[in-house]
Amino acid sequence: MVKVEERDKFNDHLLASGHTACPGCGQSLAARLVLRAAGRNVMVVNSTGCLEVFSSKYPESAWEVPWIHSLFENTSAVAAGIEAALKITGQLDRVRVIAQGGDGSTADIGLGAISGMLERGHDVLYICYDNEAYMNTGIQRSGSTPYYARTTTSPPGKVSRGNWRPKKDVPQIALAHGIPYVAVASVGYPMDLDRKVRKALSIRGPKYVQIHVPCPLGWGTAPERTIDFARLAVLTGLYPLYEVENGELRALKIPKKVPVEEYLKEQVRFRHLFGKEDRKKEIAEIQGIADQNIEKFGLIVK
Amino acid sequence: MKITLGTVTHPGGSRVNKTGSWRTASKPRFNHQACVACDVCALVCPEGCIFGTGQNTYYANEDYCKGCGICAEVCPVHDIEMIPEAGEDG
Ligand SMILES: Cc1ncc(C[n+]2csc(CCOP(=O)(O)OP(=O)(O)O)c2C)c(N)n1
Ligand SMILES: [Mg+2]
Repeated sequence: MVKVEERDKFNDHLLASGHTACPGCGQSLAARLVLRAAGRNVMVVNSTGCLEVFSSKYPESAWEVPWIHSLFENTSAVAAGIEAALKITGQLDRVRVIAQGGDGSTADIGLGAISGMLERGHDVLYICYDNEAYMNTGIQRSGSTPYYARTTTSPPGKVSRGNWRPKKDVPQIALAHGIPYVAVASVGYPMDLDRKVRKALSIRGPKYVQIHVPCPLGWGTAPERTIDFARLAVLTGLYPLYEVENGELRALKIPKKVPVEEYLKEQVRFRHLFGKEDRKKEIAEIQGIADQNIEKFGLIVK
Repeated sequence: MKITLGTVTHPGGSRVNKTGSWRTASKPRFNHQACVACDVCALVCPEGCIFGTGQNTYYANEDYCKGCGICAEVCPVHDIEMIPEAGEDG
């Protein structure tokens, strides 16, 4: 056993220090906050991705709760199996099941298994850590990559302006299954995130929570500004925080509209949109997405 | 060699990784002047290595602190500063 130092006797984190995430990693922070909200009586199933890799460097584990990794695409299937086993042995009252993965795992490769799990009604909370690309394999675009972002598979150049497709709206896909709770949270709003995870775990049946997690390496942002960028994404309207409980929508209001440039301009993944006159159109399009969100979710109190 | 199905290991074993050695440029200094014990630095530390029990008691465990600087950035009373790794005198 590893001896916990005396001076850190308050260290009761369920995702322990010593994990190997990059400095300033939004996902490592979000995962610790999720477990802080969930408490000890959980079983966690993790898909392949940064979170899995940096928390389980052989032969160590950063997890203080039962945690299993199988594959990239079958996280929800494994979680559904665990839930079924807990149910049949009468233990589902004591233990909650969390399935979690990155946006690539969620929006693309594991989507079929997620849909099956939601549709069959398993009592599992699915958490998507959305850093908006396949980060662990070197920043390839995913279905969740936003418009015009630079990734290694959507490089901007003479013809390309970066990612050419809109971000896939997975929370709405989850909602379409008619499940009792869907929420969008951000690591920039830790207490809102905490509340949403607690709320989700208090509800029986399938739940989906998506958390926006800045990635300093993949986005080209300064590590110390992880929280800032997470907040700016919300304040611009580009990443609306909302929850839908039994069909009822509630959104986190923003005080006033921040122009999308404020969010985009200091990220290397959007740098190609700045400095040249003819890129105004792309920025206006991104502003259009933010404006639509503000309208759709009623983000600003009129 | 015995081949087992998968790998099973004990909880929290990652603590043997003293990731503090990753710091290259700077580390946080908790000034202990204006601290209001809001706990935000501890809450948002990605390493979970900041602790404190009240006003002006917070510190980062340098064994694990990777020097990301989020704590200094979010402190509402600017009581945390990033200082050169080698200390005050450079
Ligand atoms: C079936 C399969 N395809 C590809 C991979 C390679 N792979 C491992 S992690 C990863 C990226 C994960 O991206 P995401 O789910 O967004 O998580 P992130 O690393 O960004 O947190 C990929 C492509 C794999 N492990 N299995
Ligand atoms: Mg990702």
